[in-house]
Amino acid sequence: MTQTNDNAPMGRIIVITSGKGGVGKTTSAAAISAGLAKQGYKTVVIDFDVGLRNLDMIMGCERRVVFDFINVIQGDAKLKQALIKDKRLENLAVLPTSQTRDKDALTREGVEAVLNELKQDYDYIVCDSPAGIERGAHLAMYFADEAVVVTNPEVSSVRDSDRVLGLLSSKTKRAETEGAEPIKAQVLLTRHDQGRIDKGEMMTVEDVLEILAVPLLGIIPESQAVLRASNTGTPVTLDDPSAAGRAYEDAVARLTGEDVEMRVASDRRPGLLQRMFGRTA
Amino acid sequence: MSLFGFSLKPRRPKSAQTAKDRLQILLAHERGAGTATPDYLPALQRDIIEAIRRHVKIEPDDIDIRMERGEEVSSLEINIEVPDASPRARA
Ligand SMILES: Nc1ncnc2c1ncn2[C@@H]1O[C@H](COP(=O)(O)OP(=O)(O)OP(=O)(O)O)[C@@H](O)[C@H]1O
Ligand SMILES: [Mg+2]
Repeated sequence: MTQTNDNAPMGRIIVITSGKGGVGKTTSAAAISAGLAKQGYKTVVIDFDVGLRNLDMIMGCERRVVFDFINVIQGDAKLKQALIKDKRLENLAVLPTSQTRDKDALTREGVEAVLNELKQDYDYIVCDSPAGIERGAHLAMYFADEAVVVTNPEVSSVRDSDRVLGLLSSKTKRAETEGAEPIKAQVLLTRHDQGRIDKGEMMTVEDVLEILAVPLLGIIPESQAVLRASNTGTPVTLDDPSAAGRAYEDAVARLTGEDVEMRVASDRRPGLLQRMFGRTA
Repeated sequence: MSLFGFSLKPRRPKSAQTAKDRLQILLAHERGAGTATPDYLPALQRDIIEAIRRHVKIEPDDIDIRMERGEEVSSLEINIEVPDASPRARA
């Protein structure tokens, strides 16, 4: 199940993308990369959100940023110097983005060179895309082998995911390379709220999948554990057990090729009435 | 505020306090310099390499600068790999 040192690194690039902002990309990038590292895979997670560095806070390494992605691309630092080793998992590293407002600093050649170097050492290279479909988002997906399209069961998020799926199959290296296998894209449904679905207020998983027509990687419930984990700078898969953490672990197992039954996890305890009357409805 | 012998302020959960502390430390650094990363670091690194190269042969790769920002002081950890001083290594 685990990748050990006797094999060459897999060097698989996974982009976490969405189009729409604030749907849970960074939360997912942190949880998935920590989950992969926990399984024994050498993993690095890269922040592509130039100008708005945030992955460092979610990973809890914000006080240790010295050099960043842009410093490496511009030749001011070596990749090795910019990588921050996680203090909890020895096979996990973070490549923070820069706070510079100059987004042109991110070049396709620069990104490719960094990714190629990382492929020599890592099994998984997880790219946390910024929102939108501009330069940063484009470069985050351009070299990907696989895509996790983070989607909330909500109209504008689903629409933007559809847009992003279109870009993945047309404006990426795999799409532009004759004969290359297309990017393997999967939907990760986050902030899923069974209570609201039951009330008919929120689209169901089936509704979303019917529209997007791509495989489902996982269902992450709306969970208070996510805010709590972000407060302390802990990926939710490394924090105390929670429904969201378990759901991300399931998604990670599926990413690595395991066949895990889809389930809707929830932190919600049965309501008082439900408990009084047993298992009715 | 304590009106009837008990506090009206909800007790702050622990993780929220951690969030506030982390932000205060980080933002104190970011506001001062415009960024949390001091921009003298690349230059400092170049200077250190230059100074050491006057004495031993090292590559830019042989230097590793790590930083840990704190509330009061930050620490800078600089690791430099120097080749063995034996004549054989130098040849
Ligand atoms: N499953 C969840 N349950 C509850 N809150 C969540 C969940 N997933 C994400 N959030 C919250 O949603 C907000 C946005 O999350 P996050 O920063 O991961 O989104 P993003 O897509 O990276 O945003 P941006 O587009 O700005 O980069 C955060 O406050 C996060 O705590
Ligand atoms: Mg983000």
